[in-house]
Formats: sequence, C-alpha cells, structure tokens
Amino acid sequence: MMRARVAYSGAIHTATPARNPQGAQDRAEELLLDDGRLVSGAEVVWLPPFEVGTIIALGLNYSDHAKELAFNSQEEPLVFLKGPGSLLGHRGSTRRPAGVKFMHYECELAVVIGRRAKNVARAASMRHVAGYCIANDYAIRDYLENWYRPNLRVKNRDGGTVLGPWLVDASDVPDPANLGLRTHLNGELRQQGNTRDLIFDIPYLIEYLSAFMTLVPGDVILTGTPEGVANVMPGDEIICEIDGLGRLVNTIAADESFGR
Amino acid sequence: MSAAVCTIPFEIAPFRLTGAVYGTLLNHRSALAELGSRAAQPPYGAPPRAPVLYIKPRNTLAASGDQVQIPAGMSELEAGPCIGLVIGRTACRVREEGALHHVAGYLIVNDVSVPHDTFYRPSIRFKARDGFCPLGPAVVPRDAVADPDALTLRTYVDGALVQTASTADLVRSAARLLADVTEFMTFIPGDVLALGVAWPAPRVRAGQRVDIAADALGTLSNEFVMAAR
Repeated sequence: MMRARVAYSGAIHTATPARNPQGAQDRAEELLLDDGRLVSGAEVVWLPPFEVGTIIALGLNYSDHAKELAFNSQEEPLVFLKGPGSLLGHRGSTRRPAGVKFMHYECELAVVIGRRAKNVARAASMRHVAGYCIANDYAIRDYLENWYRPNLRVKNRDGGTVLGPWLVDASDVPDPANLGLRTHLNGELRQQGNTRDLIFDIPYLIEYLSAFMTLVPGDVILTGTPEGVANVMPGDEIICEIDGLGRLVNTIAADESFGR
Repeated sequence: MSAAVCTIPFEIAPFRLTGAVYGTLLNHRSALAELGSRAAQPPYGAPPRAPVLYIKPRNTLAASGDQVQIPAGMSELEAGPCIGLVIGRTACRVREEGALHHVAGYLIVNDVSVPHDTFYRPSIRFKARDGFCPLGPAVVPRDAVADPDALTLRTYVDGALVQTASTADLVRSAARLLADVTEFMTFIPGDVLALGVAWPAPRVRAGQRVDIAADALGTLSNEFVMAAR
C-alpha cells in the first residue's frame, strides 16, 4: 500500500494512487482520497506522507559519497538531527538565498518507524519499520562551520527536508537493501546509487539508535545519500526517485518569491 | 514521558509545547572564553560566526521531578542549566527590535550531556539520550519577566550552590539570537529555543539531585540515578 497525505478542498486527506501504483511516471498523478473522491495530483497540496516525529539523518553513509567529500572511514554512524520546521511535501519549492555558491540536493531512502524501539537487536529491528519514503535532504555548503557539523544553518533550513510523495508499507518493499536511487536535475540524470552500498545498513542503524534513544512511530531515519550531488539554481526542478517508492519533485525558488 | 512534558501547563497561547527544543552552543561568554584560542585552531579553524544550534529530540524531554538516568558504565553527567524561550508567534526572519514579541514565555531547561570535549562533530549519543532534557517546572508568561537579559540562574547539586549564571553574559541576547536564527529557520508557537549553558557545566553523579532556580521561573528539580544495566 502507498499512501499520501494531501490537502484538498479545505481538509487534509489520506490518498492512494488511483492507478499506476509504481509511482506515476506521468505527471498527472491521479489520487483516490479516503472519502472516495478521485482527484488529480495537480489539484492537491502534497504534505509529508505521515505525521513526522524526530528526524534522524545520516552523513556520509555511502562509501562513494564519503570519498567525494574526502572523508575517511568511520567507527560510528555520523548522525545529525533535523527539526520539524524544515519539512516540505512533494511538489513544494525550496528557497535558495541570493549569493550562495553551493546548494545541493541529497536523494535518500527514508525509513519510517512504526513500532516503539528501545534496545532493539539487529535481528528484530526490521519489525519496527512501518515503511519507506523518499527524502531530499538539502544542504547549503556555504554556511558550513566546524561546529556541531553539519550545523543547522546548512541543513535545517525551511523547506530543506522534502519527504514523499508516498509512505510505502514495509511489506511492499521486499528488499530495502537493494533499491536504486536516482536524482534528475532538470530532466538530466545526475545522481545514482543503490541502498546495497550503505555503510551502515537499516538494521544496524535501528540497533545503534535504539540503544540510547527510544524510537517511536513517526520517527524517521534519512539513511544518507550516494555520490552525485550538484548545485541547484532558482527555477531548477529536482526529481528524486527510488525503486518502488515513486518520484519526489521539488523546485528551487529565489528570494523574490518570499516577502521576507 | 515526552508526551506529558508537552502538556506542561501554561495559561497563555499557545498553551502547549510542540516538543521541538533547540539548544545553542557556546552562547554564554564563559563557554567561549574557556575555549579561548583553541576556537581558531583545528579542527574548528575559526570561532563560530552564525549561531550553532542542536536539537534535543522528543525522547529527551522530561519534566521536573523525573529521574535522569546515568548510562551504565558512566560515572557522571553534565547538567546544562539554561533559559528557554517558548515561542508564541511564528518567527520567520524577525528583526532584533521587537523579536521578543514572538516569545510567549520562558522556562528553565536542563540540557543534560554525557561529558565530551569536542564541538566538531560530537555523536548525538552525548545529548539525545532518553530523558536528557528536563524542562519546567512551568512556562512563565513573557510579561512576568521584567528583563530577560538579566535573568540569574542558580544551580544546586544536593543543595550546594555550584553555578550562578546570568543571561546578561550571553554572546547573543535572546532578541539577537532569535533574529539570527530565524534568518534561516522558522519557529512556530510552542517551539523552545534554549539560550546557552555557562562554563563550567556542573557534573552530577548518581544519587544526586539538581535544582535549577531562577527568581521569576521557579525551580526545576531532577534526581540523577544509575540506569539499570
């Protein structure tokens, strides 16, 4: 089952794909709302597909991307946290401040917790996963400082955590450790990877995290991005795609779109 | 535990906390002074320019009276006494003048950490453990605090005064910090922004009680206990 959360006609609804369950190659995603109405994906506002709790993100969790950033091998996952103010849904726009030199997307597999997890062993860890979605975890490297890296000014900006379009049930993702990820920038394939190349895999991360923090339903782990990040400019369309999870669309907006 | 904390009673809008709590690194002059010239050396390279924040996730939230668990194998933790702003009006790119109009009230935050000596890329294991962010005992409305830039926090361990710190000694005042942070991220009503911990942070062992008191804000009290293995 794949579910979206959308705003339509004055209310927030759960929606499922009316057709094309592999996540709509066509732009006219057709949605079946929970009240039976059939609507076009272009008529709704797409929200993050679940009530998002703690947002846990991984840095440098693909060996190729770690190499790209000249980073050495690690003993412990590089985990940072993001706040709820950074969340954005499918087809939203993310601001690029004037004057910055390097703002980039990061296509990531997001693992959504469905059952409370505390001190969970690796072997039992996958039972705590509700499902998966696509994340685009933006960064503006101009603001990187060597204090509590990556500092929130780089990573926790408004609109910097894009989630969606669907939450796909774990039972519909038979092998989350073998999913292709791709990012298209203005239609051109720029980033490619596969979750089989994760340095710390999903069971490891759940075991590691749940040893010191209790995970509860709605908490989400953004598992890191492979190599191929590229600079984005106002007007650019970024589509992050993961096998079986659909395509997450975002556009970049300039300061002029904002009143302050 | 965390759900209960978000219902800390207060009689003014927004009436509840969202559960999003942000801490500010090195925003007390004593903390920056202690670092001294090391701030300009590797791995840092330069003192912080913009505010450096971190997140205390919802699993860390606790109330006054809750026990803080010292992880097995550790002898002590660091208490992190600070003042928290509770946002009352959505704050996006606010100016320093008038920034405090976006504040509903204030509370005391104990930003507990496992002692660590790096600010470069510390593991979240040091700050994001269950119960590591007691808050309270209540949210005190903005109007009841005459001068948020002259709030004195006194921290007692087992009744002995171990630290006195004032918001007068912040690197960025509450208003300046709100302006600089909301340049890149928006706060919504019920979010909490903690203003920064003074150096040296008090160390606490199992069996000890920490009371953090501020004249207008009451006392936040928590006992530290050894976690069961």
